[in-house]
Amino acid sequence: MIGMRYLPDVVTLEYDETKCNGCQMCIIVCPHAVFTIENKRAKMVDRDACMECGACAKNCPEEALSVRAGVGCANAIIIGAIRNTEPTCGCEDNSSCC
Amino acid sequence: MNMESKKPDWIIGEIKSNIGEIPVVDTNLSLSDRLGGWKVGWGFGRNNYRVDPGLYAVGNPTEESPVFVSANYKLSFDRLRENLGGLDGWIMVIDTKGINVWCAAGKGTFGTDEIVTRLGYTRLAEVVSHRRLIVPQLGAPGIAAHEVKDRSGFRVIYGPVRAADISDYIKAGNKATPQMRKVRFNTWDRFVLVPNDLMASFKYALIAAAVLFIISGLGRDIFSVERMINNGTVLASLITIGYIFGTALPPILLPLLPGKSFSLKGVWVGLLLFFVIGWYSNNFITLFSNKLSLYAWLLLLPAISSFVTMNFTGSSTYTSLSGVLKEMKVAVPIQAGAALIGLILLIVGIFI
Ligand code: SF4
Ligand code: SF4
Repeated sequence: MIGMRYLPDVVTLEYDETKCNGCQMCIIVCPHAVFTIENKRAKMVDRDACMECGACAKNCPEEALSVRAGVGCANAIIIGAIRNTEPTCGCEDNSSCC
Repeated sequence: MNMESKKPDWIIGEIKSNIGEIPVVDTNLSLSDRLGGWKVGWGFGRNNYRVDPGLYAVGNPTEESPVFVSANYKLSFDRLRENLGGLDGWIMVIDTKGINVWCAAGKGTFGTDEIVTRLGYTRLAEVVSHRRLIVPQLGAPGIAAHEVKDRSGFRVIYGPVRAADISDYIKAGNKATPQMRKVRFNTWDRFVLVPNDLMASFKYALIAAAVLFIISGLGRDIFSVERMINNGTVLASLITIGYIFGTALPPILLPLLPGKSFSLKGVWVGLLLFFVIGWYSNNFITLFSNKLSLYAWLLLLPAISSFVTMNFTGSSTYTSLSGVLKEMKVAVPIQAGAALIGLILLIVGIFI
């Protein structure tokens, strides 16, 4: 996605290589190709492409990954701030948000 | 499944299984399916566009046939079945409260618990002899594959991001290419979001147009109906046109607009609108002809457009929560400040 990179160095994604068993689950679920496999372990190759969807952390059987998962949606953050809750998108109605 | 509701026209038969008859679904979308999809694309009736959760069949499946998991948002379900033409398989529709896979996964309704529960209700383990579920990759944020396995014995296999790739994926022996694993966000993907975005805030644009129509009558002589009709009509139409372009342009132009943050990208669109609208209306609208109002619009249009574009982060497929928070911390105070100063200038401009 040329010209479509979001802000650098902001995401909360953390990876503890020592816990990895090489199952490749994170590589499969990540929609932005943040990981590849190298020497039978996952390698984080494009951290800034992460959108904090949480799929990798949720599917890592060794809990080697952590991320504050959430919707990268300004509208959700505004609604969350107004209602004093977590950022929540108006997805009750499948609106285009998130 | 809710057997009491009228049988939908996309059910074209029934097939015998170990647990009784299972409805067979059409892999061709009917005109009413397509119209329905088009309607929700414009934001109508999204709340009630659902399919009953449960088990369905495609083609002529056997115990060995693959099982696909779908959300019960009808558009998600339709996308899946229309791409299963020529295949034999089962579809397990889980209850996501009528919400699409990606949103439901984020909320956790497309999740481990629901899959495990639905496996119990549908008695899938008696219908098929294997223990594999093909789950759309975009459902992964809600599902822990290893937990599903521990709790139900079924192995979750993540299918491609787009339903259109399913038949290639199956042909390759349940293998997705790296391209199938990546979300896209090309011009067309963004363009299809425009109708819904347009409808989403249309009422606010109309209110703004109405307010400006009335304000156009104001002046040093307090109020003139003639001026309201002369200037107000043009201004209200300009605002409406501005709204349409202000909403449609950022998604379409996204990669071309300078800057990484969406709020900055929006500023350029606002400036563009200012120059185009300002150029055309300069001569015949008092609201633009007066210097102060001109400055007011120079602040207002980019501020509004910046805000609208910032909200498009929700439709984008690559922005992170941390990133959006960071840009909002900077952008929102500036947007609010610019809008406030713009409004003051506008009002002062009217009376001097
Ligand atoms: S999912 Fe976890 S254990 Fe598996 S490869 Fe990725 S980091 Fe390693
Ligand atoms: S949180 Fe989502 S986008 Fe980020 S690395 Fe994990 S799977 Fe990829």
